[in-house]
Amino acid sequence: MGELLKTIDWSPLYLSLKTGIAATVLTFFLGIGAARQIMKLNNTAKAIADGILTLPLVLPPTVAGFFLLLIFSLRRPFGRYLLENFDIKLVQTWPGCVMAAFVIAFPLMYRNARAAFEQVDITMIQAGRTLGLSERKIFWKIVVPIAAPGLASGTVLSFARAIGEYGATTMLAGNILGKTRTVSVAIATEVTAGNWDIAGFWVLVIVLLSFLIVAAMNIISGKNFKNGSGWA
Amino acid sequence: MALKAKIVKKFHGFNLDVEFETDGSCMGILGASGCGKSMTLKCVAGIEKPDSGRIVHNGRVLYDSEKGINLPARERHVGYLFQNYALFPTMTVEENLKISLAGKEKEKQIQVLEQMERFQLNGLEKRLPSQLSGGQQQRVALARMLLSKPEMILLDEPFSALDGFLKDTLQLEMLELLKEFHGDVLFVSHSRDEIYRFCDHMILLSNGEPVVKGLTKDIFRKPLKVEAARLTGCKNISPIERISEYELYAQDWDIRLKTAEPIGDLIRYIGIRGHNLMPANDPEEENTMKISLAGSAHTTFQLQYLVQNAARLSSSKIWWIREKKEYDTEEMDTIPLYLKFPKEDLLLLS
Repeated sequence: MGELLKTIDWSPLYLSLKTGIAATVLTFFLGIGAARQIMKLNNTAKAIADGILTLPLVLPPTVAGFFLLLIFSLRRPFGRYLLENFDIKLVQTWPGCVMAAFVIAFPLMYRNARAAFEQVDITMIQAGRTLGLSERKIFWKIVVPIAAPGLASGTVLSFARAIGEYGATTMLAGNILGKTRTVSVAIATEVTAGNWDIAGFWVLVIVLLSFLIVAAMNIISGKNFKNGSGWA
Repeated sequence: MALKAKIVKKFHGFNLDVEFETDGSCMGILGASGCGKSMTLKCVAGIEKPDSGRIVHNGRVLYDSEKGINLPARERHVGYLFQNYALFPTMTVEENLKISLAGKEKEKQIQVLEQMERFQLNGLEKRLPSQLSGGQQQRVALARMLLSKPEMILLDEPFSALDGFLKDTLQLEMLELLKEFHGDVLFVSHSRDEIYRFCDHMILLSNGEPVVKGLTKDIFRKPLKVEAARLTGCKNISPIERISEYELYAQDWDIRLKTAEPIGDLIRYIGIRGHNLMPANDPEEENTMKISLAGSAHTTFQLQYLVQNAARLSSSKIWWIREKKEYDTEEMDTIPLYLKFPKEDLLLLS
């Protein structure tokens, strides 16, 4: 084990964390934004939009990866357009890892945010309006703080999902050591290559990390379940 | 100072269709739950949109379906006291009060302190709404509402969340505060006592439509409509057959009654409030009925008896209410043999 720790390339862990954080920041704001916009729609539009936004959660990640390639491949118009006009390239790059993780983690944030907003007593928003507050102030100062526990657990779940992303990541970003090889991609690669000890080490890291995340989430939500003991 | 409103809105299987005017004083809207009274307030405040109609306050058009005007709530300058007070649960009392204020932090602080003083909230600055009593929550909500400088205030069942003891004290406090407020006040309640106490004018709503409008005292004295009589607390109502201009037959009670007022063509019912019935000894007296006791249910300060026409036991029961002279009186010494329906207290209803 000591030998392994000395020789191992830490870049997958570093990449996983970096990807996880970047994707979580994106999902946090876009998930909240999407949830807020969806709340304003009528029921039919809501059902359709909700279905589309939730799809990446239920689809196999490889299907999401397929669609991502369809959009961002350099051989396709949009991918070429991004490269030629903004010098943005997602295929086989780290931003590709972030994009893949973001797409897969997004529904978790969005759904948690929406559930949290739906719990907010509508009279809070109405009171804000009659007090002359702007919609923006009502949202950020009143609604978001009330929904905070739900938003926090959505964020933690998104992060957990983002650092574990494998399927869409390999399809869009590939498996380049030091560039796009995250821990989950590294585990598959090392097993294929027969390096069971390195794969095992990364498995251990992921299990520990995931456990910490779940523990963190329970601490956050535990604060809001003061009545939980009534169930025992 | 005036609010003119015409509101039409379809909801919950019936149509809300009200029209009223106020004149700068407190106007009450009385009705049973689900009659559309809260919805009326919400439409005035701009947090619900009527299907059609027009709302004008002090010459300013807040809503006009024909001209396509619908001012957002935040531009209406209408204060709304919610039934559950709608204090923001994540903010302290101080932050709740501060939220509608604009300007420099220091000036806001001064205004908040003054308001806390005025509403006897000193010492509660850092408390969260969940750490306040019902009465304190109501004061915070009122204080917060008035800091936003409304030109009109809407009170939506302001006392329904409070228990009896607090209610009376807080009602007196609010009466004082309303005196200081120079603008229109709309007061919605299902409690006739609250409306009687607070409002010079009132509307009675039933199933989304106004039954009567007018001076509160007049409506309580002479409800004129059968729904109005019920909502103002008249428990004894019977359909009638007109016999002559001053005499009728009350079908449910099986009794002929003489009236003080002429019985118009539209009169279909007769009512009498429980406390207006008088014990009598002489069966030959006018409007007198031999009674038998069918039951009793006493409250703290009232003796309430259910009596029936002794001559016909299939007749409807009649509530007869006596104030207790002393609170430990449990029963009257003797139940009288006869009850008199004084003709000046009879309510002719259409």
